[in-house]
Amino acid sequence: MPKATFRIWRGDASGGKLHDYVTEVSEGMVVLDAVHQIQAEQANDLAVRWNCKAGKCGSCSAEINGMPRLMCMTRLSDLPLEEPVTIEPMRSFPSLRDLVTDVSWNFGVKKTIRPFGPRPADAPDGTWRIAEGDVDRVQEFRKCIECFLCQDVCHVLREHHLHEEFAGPRFFVYTAALEMHPLDTENRLGDLRGPQGIGYCNITKCCTKVCPESITITDNAIIPLKERVVDEFYDPIRRLLRGLRSG
Amino acid sequence: MAYAATSLGARRFGETTRRDAWWAQPLAVFLGLGTFVVYTTWASLQGEHYFSGPYLSPFYSPEFFGSSPHSWFGPKPGWWPEWLPWSPAIFILWAPAGFRFTCYYYRGAYYKAFWADPPSCTVGEPRQSYWGERAFPLILQNVHRYFFYLAVLFIVVLAHDVWKALWFTDTASGEVSFGVGIGTLVLAANTCLLAGYTFGCHSLRHLIGGGLDLLSRLPVREKCYGCVSALNRRHMPWAWMSLFSVGFSDLYVRLCSMGIWTDLRIL
Repeated sequence: MPKATFRIWRGDASGGKLHDYVTEVSEGMVVLDAVHQIQAEQANDLAVRWNCKAGKCGSCSAEINGMPRLMCMTRLSDLPLEEPVTIEPMRSFPSLRDLVTDVSWNFGVKKTIRPFGPRPADAPDGTWRIAEGDVDRVQEFRKCIECFLCQDVCHVLREHHLHEEFAGPRFFVYTAALEMHPLDTENRLGDLRGPQGIGYCNITKCCTKVCPESITITDNAIIPLKERVVDEFYDPIRRLLRGLRSG
Repeated sequence: MAYAATSLGARRFGETTRRDAWWAQPLAVFLGLGTFVVYTTWASLQGEHYFSGPYLSPFYSPEFFGSSPHSWFGPKPGWWPEWLPWSPAIFILWAPAGFRFTCYYYRGAYYKAFWADPPSCTVGEPRQSYWGERAFPLILQNVHRYFFYLAVLFIVVLAHDVWKALWFTDTASGEVSFGVGIGTLVLAANTCLLAGYTFGCHSLRHLIGGGLDLLSRLPVREKCYGCVSALNRRHMPWAWMSLFSVGFSDLYVRLCSMGIWTDLRIL
């Protein structure tokens, strides 16, 4: 059976380094299979977070050959196995141990986003009527599995560590799902411009590139939100018209 | 939103564990955009060889002032300062240039290729400081929709140029007759590609319906939103094809005007 080398980052919050592990590989294996094999045969203490092995739980996020990917969805047949396969934890978040990172910052950010605020019910029984076309647009955003690969690849967080001032692509998708919902009446544009820092995004589209659910994050969520922020704060004609309408 | 720094350490400029040719795309953008900017600057400052028969270079259209028969308001104005270089393109080229410069696609592309911010996804950057588009000067990118309004006017003018490129004047008799030359097709293709790029603009997508949550109540705008979204999905190819076509259209007219190329009449 052929063998391949996996260069895995081992360490914790105090530091670490890459270790080489050579293991047998077979047809149909994904990176997570190889990591589990190494864990079983050579490094019992190797820490790795995983759950569904089907690309739906978003647990096994890591950087494979430098690109953020789900380990369970990355086939070995798609990688050049004649060279070592590098597996590192996500760089945007603090390392807990080996491939496991502390992504709890994301949950804190989510709590700061204004929740869904529907308009009054359309019918006496407390229900609403929504046109299919209106709700279709936000369905794409609901595919998100919160793997945080988009947060990991975003250079605003990864390179510049602006976690205090920038919510990141995942939460622009989340906000877009709420803000564009046909029933929602909340206004989150001030938050987007202010504490969520959407202006930091410089549209590199890296988030779209790495999304395992193929959500068109930049074009369908971030840019439409940027345009709504322009409507509200930067377009003088819009502001004038708003002023005239409100008397 | 408290946060503890990662233990993996910062990367140096260009450092990455990526194995693919991550530098290829930013390099291609750098060469493509760089070549276009250099050629456009040179061609727009020439002030000559920008028209040939019924053809007018898109870099010079609309020609507000100039010496060609396409000029709207006559020759170079007398008030133009002698010390300033003169070209009819100076009056107009800032508008399409501004439209492309503030375009969402190009922004992402040239931030990578010209400013290495980042050089490519997950590749180390040269600078630690970062302001993004929330502070001066890049906050001015929010003016994009205004450049879009101007770009639409240019599409109308260029479409009119294609119409004019269908009418050829016989040099001997002065008689005007309908015809189609290779130049007509070049200008027509250029206008179509520019229209595909302009009408797939992210700002238009927002203005036409993207900014509304209850779009189904406005069926015409809903249809338009669908059409703009379809173009928008291919905004990058439209951007590059139209960039190439506008440069080539100028080159075609220029070489015909200089007598290096001969325009073939199809009809």
